[in-house]
Formats: sequence, structure tokens, C-alpha cells
Amino acid sequence: MSIDIKTATIEAKRTTFDHIVEKLGEGKTPTRYQEAVFGHQAEEVFHYRPTWDSERELFDARRTAIVMNDFEDLLDPRQYYYGTYVIQRSKQRESQEKNFSVVEKRGLLEDLDAVMKEKISKVVVPFRHAEWGANNNNYYIAGYGFQTPITAAATFQGMDRLANAQYLTSIGLILSSNDPAILDQAKDEWLNTPMWQGLRKLVEDSFVTKDWFELHVLQNYLLDGVFQPLLFKHFENEVVKNGGAAFAMLTEFFVDWFVESQRWADSTIKVAVKESDANKALVESWINKWQPTVIAAADQLAEFVFAERSKDIIQQIETELDARSKKIGIQVQEK
Amino acid sequence: MTTKAKRLNMNQKYQLMTRGLDWETTYQDMDDVFPYDKYEGIKIKDWDKWQDPFRLTVDAYWKYQSEKERKLYAILDSVAQNNSQLSISDARYMNAVKIWMQGVTPLEYNAFRGFCTLGRGFRGAGARVACQFQAIDEMRHHQTQIHAFSHYNKFFNGMNQQSRIRDRAWYLSIPKSYFEDAMTAGPFEFITAISFSFEYVLTNLLFMPFVSGAAYNGDLATTTFGFSAQSDESRHMTLGLEIIKFMLEQHEDNVPIIQGWLDKWFWRGYRLLGLVGTMMDYMLPKKVMSWRQAWEIYWEENGVALFNDLARYGIKMPKHHETATKEKNRITHEFWSTIYQFSHATALYTWIPGNEELDWLSAEYGELFDTVYRPRYEYWKELDDKGERFFQERLPVVCNVCQIPIFHTMPDDPLKNCCLVSEYKGTKHQMCSEGCLDIFNNEPEKYCQAYIPPQQIYQGNCGGATLDDYRKWLHIRDEDTGEYYGSEDHQMWEKWKAQAGKPTDEAA
Ligand SMILES: [Fe+2]
Ligand SMILES: [Fe+2]
Ligand SMILES: [Zn+2]
Repeated sequence: MSIDIKTATIEAKRTTFDHIVEKLGEGKTPTRYQEAVFGHQAEEVFHYRPTWDSERELFDARRTAIVMNDFEDLLDPRQYYYGTYVIQRSKQRESQEKNFSVVEKRGLLEDLDAVMKEKISKVVVPFRHAEWGANNNNYYIAGYGFQTPITAAATFQGMDRLANAQYLTSIGLILSSNDPAILDQAKDEWLNTPMWQGLRKLVEDSFVTKDWFELHVLQNYLLDGVFQPLLFKHFENEVVKNGGAAFAMLTEFFVDWFVESQRWADSTIKVAVKESDANKALVESWINKWQPTVIAAADQLAEFVFAERSKDIIQQIETELDARSKKIGIQVQEK
Repeated sequence: MTTKAKRLNMNQKYQLMTRGLDWETTYQDMDDVFPYDKYEGIKIKDWDKWQDPFRLTVDAYWKYQSEKERKLYAILDSVAQNNSQLSISDARYMNAVKIWMQGVTPLEYNAFRGFCTLGRGFRGAGARVACQFQAIDEMRHHQTQIHAFSHYNKFFNGMNQQSRIRDRAWYLSIPKSYFEDAMTAGPFEFITAISFSFEYVLTNLLFMPFVSGAAYNGDLATTTFGFSAQSDESRHMTLGLEIIKFMLEQHEDNVPIIQGWLDKWFWRGYRLLGLVGTMMDYMLPKKVMSWRQAWEIYWEENGVALFNDLARYGIKMPKHHETATKEKNRITHEFWSTIYQFSHATALYTWIPGNEELDWLSAEYGELFDTVYRPRYEYWKELDDKGERFFQERLPVVCNVCQIPIFHTMPDDPLKNCCLVSEYKGTKHQMCSEGCLDIFNNEPEKYCQAYIPPQQIYQGNCGGATLDDYRKWLHIRDEDTGEYYGSEDHQMWEKWKAQAGKPTDEAA
């Protein structure tokens, strides 16, 4: 049966689902983002306690010490739902892919001097393991976090980090003309070279951090807030200045991605901090606990890359991070 | 370093992309980093033997998926613009969509979250990555379904209160308890339950009838997201088979544990699918195939062949599969009879099938249908014609494991009800079948926690003691429930048909 009538005579009974009306108020038309993230995590009538966490319910707000009246307030300013996320990333992928093939085909990195090449393979390629760590941490947040806005965005962030790890692998392979030994060397550096151990220990400590919001602060705010600018701003500048303009083509994705992922981290932390003094105190305590260690780990790496300029650069990075902290309502400790 | 690059094929490239990303932690104990992958007793000697079934880099994933999403959303937009709900076969069909949206869409969400925990929880990096991809796929299914149904929700009842009834409604405890059972288990049981037992063994019984049913009945939105999800699903099925073989090959001690899970999840999955079978037989105005026929093809042929393949690992057919086969001629009729009598306590409409449909059921199900179920329907039809539409006053007793009302009959006697009791710590628990009884007795500590809706209602925990109070507590209006003929959905549909100059049900 196909009813053929003028669609003008078809009147809608309602604009959206009840739980969205409750949230946005009567008469509002929700966006697809709002329909995708509001009201989907089960809230009550849990049948069984998890065998892996019998003290709590399957979805339980108490897996973080942060207390929110409504965890759905931790919105993603980019308003990504699955469709918009993959479409946006596939556009970026296209230009990243072009960059890779231009650099590869024309051998644009080949003329780079040996010192710079060595630095890239010692600094950038081993960082794929840190990105893998970030991938794991974001899936932790996605799995054990509370409500959909933060867990969906953490899933995208997790995917992004696996992509980052794979892009870094590609950079290594371009440098080595597809000789995988460069990856094995980089892993060896990651596991054994002193300058990486500060970061590796931090990443391993993050793996056993149980509070998912603390992990969000540690990974997506502090570790990223220090290491992304260190590698993809300061180190990249260094390479570019030394005749490696092509290197910037290979890391374009990182730069764009960091700008947007920072927006997400800042805005979610800001909302939590604004909610209550207790949340604010908690986030401050986490930042005070972790930031010095993150900075110390970055110091170790910076010294190898920037030698005598390293103190300056690290200070610059920390000043920027502190400025971000102030903006999102966090009291910054005197250094 | 040589300047002439070695050419790499896709597979090599993929292998390198993920090569050695993972490492054995030394600052923290691996058992603290992966605290949940040992307590179930599954022994893994070498995670490197894991074959990654997807072999997808993230950028390739973005590319494929974004192409699918572009097409899908273009169609969803056009469904809304062109009011494509007018093309469905009949408004009764929408109840199949309601069942899906109320019961299955939340499972997609839970699959998303469950696979996220596995994407962090398995010690093997390859397994973690595979679960991460599945997690984000399941998020896709959840969101595309919400977006597809969003348009239908504007016109039809029974979808707007989804986020409330999902947790509260007695009949939605059937899918909810099923998935929560898996999620509250350890990671190996979860993946056995969902990836293998459900997505690999039983998925054809769920997906095929629903998506083909949508296509047959003119539902463009559902058909589109359904077919678009199919390529994701084939990845998920591969993961299911891969993980089972991997666990079985890793250690012989794993075999009995996995056998236990296969027994349990076959039965739980089969019970859940009873709801789908009922939708196929009763809610689709244009039939795709009967439950009996689907069971014969997808279980008795394909499913059994699959288990035969696993025999070399020492895996036996799942316990009670004979019972499931014995029930194939009756389960959907027993189910529909139950929903028919209780539909005033659901956000669904029910009805007595028309004469042509009854004839189709007679042809599909034969003597049993003609002697037991058809007379019952004809009797209820008579009552309805006299203005005495039959409803039960009190909610039925439900099975402590599968949460389905205890309406099932004895495996060898379709006229005798089956209700089995197990006593645990001084409390009696009722089960619908030997299959559910076994499940209860194997893990009484788990199932004695189950939330049993009718008990909760009579204890006054659901807004009051009457069904009226209960409905209010569920946020279901009277208009959303009960008999289809004369319902708001029906009236709206009739109005649309009349506007188009089509014969209405009244006239027919
Ligand atoms: Fe799915
Ligand atoms: Fe799936
Ligand atoms: Zn049962």
C-alpha cells in the first residue's frame, strides 16, 4: 500500500522523543547530535551487579569522584555523532593522504640532513607508543565513564589516537624507505632509553588510574597539553627551520586534530569545575599531582631535542597550559 | 637506509601499522593494567596467535564508513521530506519497528559500551583493536537507528517514551536482562555471548527477518540502516568466529568453560529471539517467512553445521537445542497470545490476525495451529466483536532467567504448561524451562539478583498496585496501548488512506 496524498496534509504529532523534550523544553527541534547523545544510557532497574565490580551498578556515576547533577552536561563542543565524526575525519584523511604521497613520491624528506632524520626517528617515531597509550586510556573512559556525551567523544578520541599512532608509523616508514627495522628501534628506545622513561612510566601509571575523569584530565589535558605542542609545534618548527618543510606536511593532521581535541578537553573540564567547588578542588588536586611529573618527563625529551634551549621551550609550554587552566577556572599553583 | 623504497601491499602495510605498538609494562604490573582478563579461568598462552579479523587501518575505516554514512543520511533526509511513512504496507507494521526501537536499539547502545570495555580490557593488542572497531560500529548502529526512528516517532505512538520504558517495562526486561547478563560477566564470556552466540550463530534469525521485513513492508528508513549495517555485521561475525577458535586453540582447559557459555547463551539467545519470531509471524502485514521456516534454515541447517565444525575442538551441540526445535511450531503463537492479553501493559498494539493471515499461519504451522491456536484467536475475535476485547487484569509470572512470562509448554506436550522451581537461600525462583533452570542453577548468586517486574509492581515499587498506576509510572498513555483496531495509529492511518481515496479497513 502506498498512500499517495499531498504531504502538506500530513501533520506531525510531536517533534521529538519525550526525554529530549524534558531536556530542551517544549517546542524545540533537537539537532541530530542531541538526539544521539541524550537519554540512552540505562539509568535504573539493573538486573545484576558486574562480576568485575560488584560494589557498583553496571553504569554507575561513582566510578569518578567528580559529582555532576547531570553528566550529560559534559557535551562535546564539536557536536560529533558517529556520522559527522567519520565524515569530518575522512575529509582530513584525504588531504593527509595526499601529503604523504607527495612527500613519498618526490622523496621530499630524502635531502633532510642526517641529524634531523635521526632526531625524527628517535623522537617522533617512538611517540607512536604514547599515542597507543592514549588510545587505550580513551577506551577506558568510553567503557567506564558515565553518560553518552563524554563516552561517545572518548570513543572518537580513542580512534583518533590509533590513527595518530598509525600516521607516526607511516612517517617512520617514509624515513626508512619502508624498512620496518625503524619501528623496532623506536620501540627499543621507548622501552630502554632514559629520555623516554619518564613518559613511559607516566603512561603506565595512567593505565592503572581508576577514576575515569582523573584519567581524562591526565591524558587529554595534561599529557596532550604538554607533549603535543612539544612534538608537533616546537620540534616541528625545528625540523622545518633545518630544511625539513616537508615534515610539516606529514604532521598536518596532528596540528588540526590537537586544536579541536583541546577544545573538547577544555570544555568538558570547565563544565565539571564550574559545577561545584568540590569538583574544582578535585580537578586542581589532580593537576597539582600530575603536572610536575608530566613536565619533568617532557624535560627529559626536550633536552635531547633542543639542548640548551629546552628550558625555555618547556617553560613556554607550561605557561600556555597554565593559561588554559586559568581560562577553565582552575587555580594555578605558583611555580 | 636505502633510497629505493620496498613496495608494500595492503596487508603488509596493515601489519606494520600496528606492529609492536603494545609493550609489556614494567613500571606497573601487567595484572594491574589488565585486571579483568584472568578471573573467568580462560587461559591464553600466546595472544600473538590472535588473527585480527578486520585488518583495517583507522584512515581506511573513516573512508569506508563516511561513504556509507553520506548515503544513509541522504536517504533519511528524504524519508523525512517525502513522508515515506506513507509507503508502509499497513500501520500495524509499525509495531515491529516499535519492538525494535524499544528493545533492540538499547542493545546496540550496550554493545557499544561493552565493546569499549573490551577494547581496553583484553591483554592482547589485536583483540583490543578489534573490539574498539566493533564498539564504534555499535555506536553507529545505535545512533543511525535513533535518527531513522526519529521521523516515525513524529507520527506513531509507542516510541516517544523509549528512554523511560527501556529500563522499566516488564516485557523489555527480556532484552535488557539478556544484555546486562553478558555485560556483567567477564570479557571472555561477554565476547562469547555477543560476538559468537549472538552475532555469529543467531544473527540471521534477528537481522534477516527484521531488515527483509522492513523491505517487504515498504519501510525505507529501516531497510536503509539495516542494509548499511550489514557490512559492519559481517566484520562482527568474523570476530565472533575468530575469538571462539582462538580461545579453544589456546588451552584445552578452556573447552569446558566455553561449552558452558555456549549452552547458556544459545538458550538465552533463543529465548530472546522468540520475540523476533513473533514479530515475523504476526506483526508483518506482508510476511517474509515464518519463524518455523527461518529456524529450519538458520538453525537446523546452518547453525548445526557450524557446531559440527567446532566438534574437532571437543565442542558439542548446545544443551537443550532439541527442545528449541520441538518448540518451533508453537513458540510464536504462545508468545503472541500472551502479548495480546497483556498489550494494555505495553507501548504496543496487538490484534487478532485477519482471515488471510490465519490461513497463512495454518499453512505454515499445520495441525497444531488449527487445533490449538486458531480456535483461541477465533474465540477472542468473537469477544472483541461483542465489545469485550480480552485483557488480563494482572501481570503474568515471569521466568527468573529469561524474564519471559511463563507461558511455555512442555517440550513433548504443547498443551501442558511448563514451570520449574529452584530454591536458593530460602527463596523460590520460577523458571520457564529446563534451559533457564540450568542457567539459574549454575549461577544462582547472579540470577537471584534479577529484577522481577511483576513482583516489584505488587510490592508497590512501580507507582502503585494496579496496571493503571504501572502504566503511568512507565509514561505510557492509555492511547499508546491495547487493541490496534480503533487505536490512534489506526485512526491516523485510516484518515491518510481516506484522504488518498483508498479503501479503509472499515469498508474492507
Ligand atoms: Fe549492531
Ligand atoms: Fe554487531
Ligand atoms: Zn526462561
